[in-house]
Amino acid sequence: MTDNIVEINNLSFAYNSRLLHKGINMRFPRGKVVAIMGGSGSGKTTLLRLIGGQLKPSEGAVKVDGRVVHEQTTAEIYRMRRKMGMLFQFGALFTDLSVFDNVAFPMREHTDLPESIIRDLVLLKLNAVGLRGARDLMPSELSGGMSRRVALARSVALDPSIIMYDEPFAGLDPISMGVIVNLIRNLNDALGATSIVVTHDVHETFSFVDYVYFVSAGVVVAEGTPDELRASNMPFVHQFVHGEADGPVPFHYAAPDYRQDLLRDAHV
Amino acid sequence: MFDRLTTALRGIGHRFIDRVWRLGSAARFFFYTLALSGESLRRFHLTIREIYFTGVLSLIIILVSALFVGMVLGLQGYNTLQKYGSSEAIGVLVALSLVRELGPVVTALLFAGRAGTAITAEIGLMRATEQLSAMEMMAVNPIARVVAPRFWAGVISMPLLAAMFSLMGVFGGYLVAVPLLGIDDGAFWSQMQANVDFHEDIVNGVIKSFVFGVACTIIALFEGYDAPPTAEGVSRATTRTVVNSSLAVLGLDFVLTSFMFG
Repeated sequence: MTDNIVEINNLSFAYNSRLLHKGINMRFPRGKVVAIMGGSGSGKTTLLRLIGGQLKPSEGAVKVDGRVVHEQTTAEIYRMRRKMGMLFQFGALFTDLSVFDNVAFPMREHTDLPESIIRDLVLLKLNAVGLRGARDLMPSELSGGMSRRVALARSVALDPSIIMYDEPFAGLDPISMGVIVNLIRNLNDALGATSIVVTHDVHETFSFVDYVYFVSAGVVVAEGTPDELRASNMPFVHQFVHGEADGPVPFHYAAPDYRQDLLRDAHV
Repeated sequence: MFDRLTTALRGIGHRFIDRVWRLGSAARFFFYTLALSGESLRRFHLTIREIYFTGVLSLIIILVSALFVGMVLGLQGYNTLQKYGSSEAIGVLVALSLVRELGPVVTALLFAGRAGTAITAEIGLMRATEQLSAMEMMAVNPIARVVAPRFWAGVISMPLLAAMFSLMGVFGGYLVAVPLLGIDDGAFWSQMQANVDFHEDIVNGVIKSFVFGVACTIIALFEGYDAPPTAEGVSRATTRTVVNSSLAVLGLDFVLTSFMFG
């Protein structure tokens, strides 16, 4: 048993022949909350799907609990996923089920517990995210922040040892954001789990995570604790932490010279 | 000139290969669904729920259409049969047309429009909102949990709906023939009884609607599962469901008819 519950070794992944990751190495120690940060479109969500075994790496490997994910059979990958919880960006609640049934879903699928115990467990999970009173609502009746809390309750329904969060703060107001930050930290520590948070929200993230990886253009460009990174004078980290529009990460998508572009159009 | 020709040829080739490729993945999807059907049969309440959505909720459109189809058959058949002085055979004509052809075919076409589109749109949107992905990450196979119950619901519903279509159609034919056109009540029913064979006509009709049920449901499910996760993708997939199901039903009907009655 290693200290790292998830390890990413020299991982490359190409999507539609576009190389998204080029030799990424990451370590996720047990019990910690680790953030993967980077601009939009830098393949952060894809990393979570690689860890969950929904995608196969082109090169390198992802190890979960010491076992290489893509070398396992489908049945083994499904068994591995029972120890994982994942919070999707927009919650991905089942729209045909109520809040209660959404949280009960993994329990009903994977356990033979009687309904009375499932009821107690669901109420326990919903109480933890403060939505015990909303159990009879349908997902369409929830606000964005509430759906994400329900989805969080659902993803920890089976007390997973790895919890993955895909952009948990996107589109939330400051109050909901604070609520989610506390929930991630508290759930992680209460369950003794390991959390992987994919996000681009610097200030919220730095306030509660143990370690941060910065990803840009398919490689890890910086890593360290929030304090180390705040003090860093690496141009990329500086640009990201301070939210500057231009820097090592260009503002412009790759394009031909502006002057020539304009002139060429004039001749058409 | 030569350049254009090769581009055109290449375009045709691309399209052809694309179609064949899609057909192949549809077939794989079909076998995968069959292989993972255990759960939907073991936990039959999952399938019952879908039978309600695809079957029970389609009842009204099926029954109303059947009534009108039966009445039109009665009117048209009477006109023609009267010329040959055999208007009593109207009962046979209505019953045979419905049980052999119109029952299974029209039910399948209506089913594709009513239930097939709903299935495609629902599954397409479940994919677009990452519900299927979330299910996979919860270690629940969406084919076993979402696709297979809907498949069996469609396969079970279709023959039942077709049977009810034929029944209601015969009743519609009766309404026109006996009270309206004054055909003898006894002749209408006895001729029908004498000339409709259980094995030859009714069982073959049921076999047809079973085959249509498999085709329509798997097309609707595949189009939804395969739809690009965008508004445009789902809308196109829904259209394709209706077009492909209708073509499949009519094509299969010809093949089945030539085997059964040819």
